[in-house]
Amino acid sequence: MMAWLKARLGAEVLGLGLFLVLVVLVFSFASDRFLTAANFGSVAVQLPELGLLTLAMLLPILSGGLNLAVTYTANISALTLAWVLQANGGPEAGFGAFVLGSLLALAVGGAAGFVMGAVVAYSRAHPILVSLAMMIFLRGLGEYLTRGGDISGFPDFVAAIGHGSILGVPAPLIVFLACVLLWQILLGRSRLGFFTYMVGSNIEATRYSGVNTKRALTLIYTLSGLMCAVAGIVMMARFNSVRVGHGEAYLLITVLACFLGGVDPFGGFGRVTSVLLALVILQLLSSGLNLLGANQHLSTAVWGLFLIAVMVLRFGWKRWIEMRRNGT
Amino acid sequence: MAERAGPGAVLAMQRVSKTFGGVKALDHVAFEVRAGEVHCLAGENGSGKSTLIKIATGVYSADPGADIRIAGQRVAAPTPGLARRLGIAVIWQDLALFPEMTVAENIAFETLLGARPRLASQRRLRETAQRALDRLDVALDLEAPLRRLPIAKRQIVAIARALVGEAKLIFMDEPTASLTQTETDHLLAIVRNLAAGGVAVVFVSHRLAEVLEIAGAVTVLRDGGLVGVFPTAGMTQSRLTELMTGQTFDNAVAARDRSTAAPVLEVRGLTRSGEYQDIDLTIRAGETVGITGLIGAGRTELGHTLFGMTRAERGEIRLHGRPVAFRSNKDAIRAGVAYVSEDRLSLGLIQPQSIADNLALPVLDRLLSGGLISPRRKAELVDSWIRDLAVKIGKPDDPVSTLSGGNQQRIVLAKWLATEPRLLILDAPTVGVDVGARAGIFAIIRKLAEQGLAILLISDEAPEVHFNADRVLHMAGGRIVGEYDPRETSLAALERAVYA
Repeated sequence: MMAWLKARLGAEVLGLGLFLVLVVLVFSFASDRFLTAANFGSVAVQLPELGLLTLAMLLPILSGGLNLAVTYTANISALTLAWVLQANGGPEAGFGAFVLGSLLALAVGGAAGFVMGAVVAYSRAHPILVSLAMMIFLRGLGEYLTRGGDISGFPDFVAAIGHGSILGVPAPLIVFLACVLLWQILLGRSRLGFFTYMVGSNIEATRYSGVNTKRALTLIYTLSGLMCAVAGIVMMARFNSVRVGHGEAYLLITVLACFLGGVDPFGGFGRVTSVLLALVILQLLSSGLNLLGANQHLSTAVWGLFLIAVMVLRFGWKRWIEMRRNGT
Repeated sequence: MAERAGPGAVLAMQRVSKTFGGVKALDHVAFEVRAGEVHCLAGENGSGKSTLIKIATGVYSADPGADIRIAGQRVAAPTPGLARRLGIAVIWQDLALFPEMTVAENIAFETLLGARPRLASQRRLRETAQRALDRLDVALDLEAPLRRLPIAKRQIVAIARALVGEAKLIFMDEPTASLTQTETDHLLAIVRNLAAGGVAVVFVSHRLAEVLEIAGAVTVLRDGGLVGVFPTAGMTQSRLTELMTGQTFDNAVAARDRSTAAPVLEVRGLTRSGEYQDIDLTIRAGETVGITGLIGAGRTELGHTLFGMTRAERGEIRLHGRPVAFRSNKDAIRAGVAYVSEDRLSLGLIQPQSIADNLALPVLDRLLSGGLISPRRKAELVDSWIRDLAVKIGKPDDPVSTLSGGNQQRIVLAKWLATEPRLLILDAPTVGVDVGARAGIFAIIRKLAEQGLAILLISDEAPEVHFNADRVLHMAGGRIVGEYDPRETSLAALERAVYA
């Protein structure tokens, strides 16, 4: 049974799945409110923000890079949407303005990604430096435009999108799951997805095989930027406001969620399903701790500890496999 | 072999076995080296050479029952530190030096190691390094950072470092793999010099001519077992190959006359300054044209241009009579040109990725169905090529790095043949490939030529082009300086022309 599951899903997904079961078991014994619809409802609402940003982080990491500008790209995109809504009457703005604003937000997010991708691909500058520069630029720009304050006063349907649900499933979760599916297909079945893994392992060998690696890199970061814009729109609907710096704390968590999901920090390997499982585990941990009365900061600390534990376990697991293979 | 045991043995190993997870990498092997001897350890990849070296130097421990003596003294369980103190050093193929440190620091590095922290005296480091270089009779700039040195000089730094550690036995793993003939000759002279000074050297090399030239005796391993220890006097390359592989190969000139076939590639006056000049070259359907010459002759650079990776400044390239101007290798691949890189490890294959993905990479467009990659088509492609080229693999999902050099090269060939090329450029296709596997690869190449593929075979090994090409071009200083017909010219004459 275990062997069959392992063959079907891979050791990484199986391991994380077992971890997930363990987390659910421990918290359901510790708190009788853990296994309730209300708790899972709140997890379902919180998951999409971190999740969408993590998807935006995933592509560049798989290609052997990093996108440190994810949160500020999301903010700037949301700001674009907010600006369109305000220009069209603020609270009185119609749905048409929302659609137009969302398209513009996607364009802005995509453009930020495109610039980063093109610079990384053509100048061969390190993605950390390029995305860090972009992050600082976007933060400064956003703070200048908003004077560091909140932008709010949107039509009622915006909040309804952020808090509404279809057949009991929260709308942001639907958006997130749709994006997960999209990324799954992109990475598993599309040309660009295939190239992403190859570029992440060895960009020169990929180029020698006839792949336009510059174009591939540019597209990877552009898609990352588009996903940031989706995250920005969802965050805006959830908070019913935009402020530069929203979700800032998520930046490094998205990197860690990728690594927790078994993504190779040097690129080339990693699966969307494992990253999704890792995100669910992180959210369940924090909501479980919350139910036990721990404060927000403590649960962040527990995330950190948890990630360290996972790295150690993985190392031990690898050693064990090697030792079995070598018979020493 | 036992009668060789004597007081002069620097290293004597008996009944050495090593099992990795049920696989016997070494099975009751004996190995002995005497002071002042140059001894060759020969065998194909996977024959157990590296395992034996790693046991001798304490990296691996042998299975129980082994008897290992260093300088006559029985060593129960060698560790890397102990082996080093007893005077056994290894120079691995990658040299394991520090590129950012100076020559002196690299050579004298080990004098700084110790239990107690000490201050490094630059003057003492320089003196130590100079003494080691003096023993080798070589002059190097001690203050130059290592990364500025060509690979041949780095090799010398690695040897000097072993001498600083008072090595009595030095293992050299493929020391000449990236050296030119002149550099190789220089290295061999140094090795002889060392041996004359009483240091034993164990030489591991794929180049059998070199082995027979330098070593006094050769220990041959095959599939983890000892074939025997043989004096090199009276030994021939083909006899040694036979011992290593257990098969016989007849080296016969394969050249045929293809002068009536239609030209596939025509190059006129191709020039890219600093790389190659005024290249005229015609390759006909079914013809294999060999280009040989020393490293730096511009061979690989010419290959890059023909594959669309670089652009010529002057001259013309025609494929099937039509002029072409490639903007990238993507254009070249579409036009039917494939290029097997000389650097299989970092350019030819994506080592950590799977065999299946490596095969699919250049032909991904053909595996699409409705815009998405069809797993069924991909599996069919992979299965058919693995069958066609008789690649021994575990699973198509295994990383390509798990394959032997010969099988990796078959994967490279398969990946390019899948693009259905009409011109195949092979740049040093047998680097790091065993003698036995080489024959297999050339059998494939010959079959392809029979089917009408035009092949450009680039190699710095004159015998390789002599035996496998229909015509041989000699390149030097970026120009084609001679043309030979292997049926009319002897190998010796070609080698004289190329290596003189």
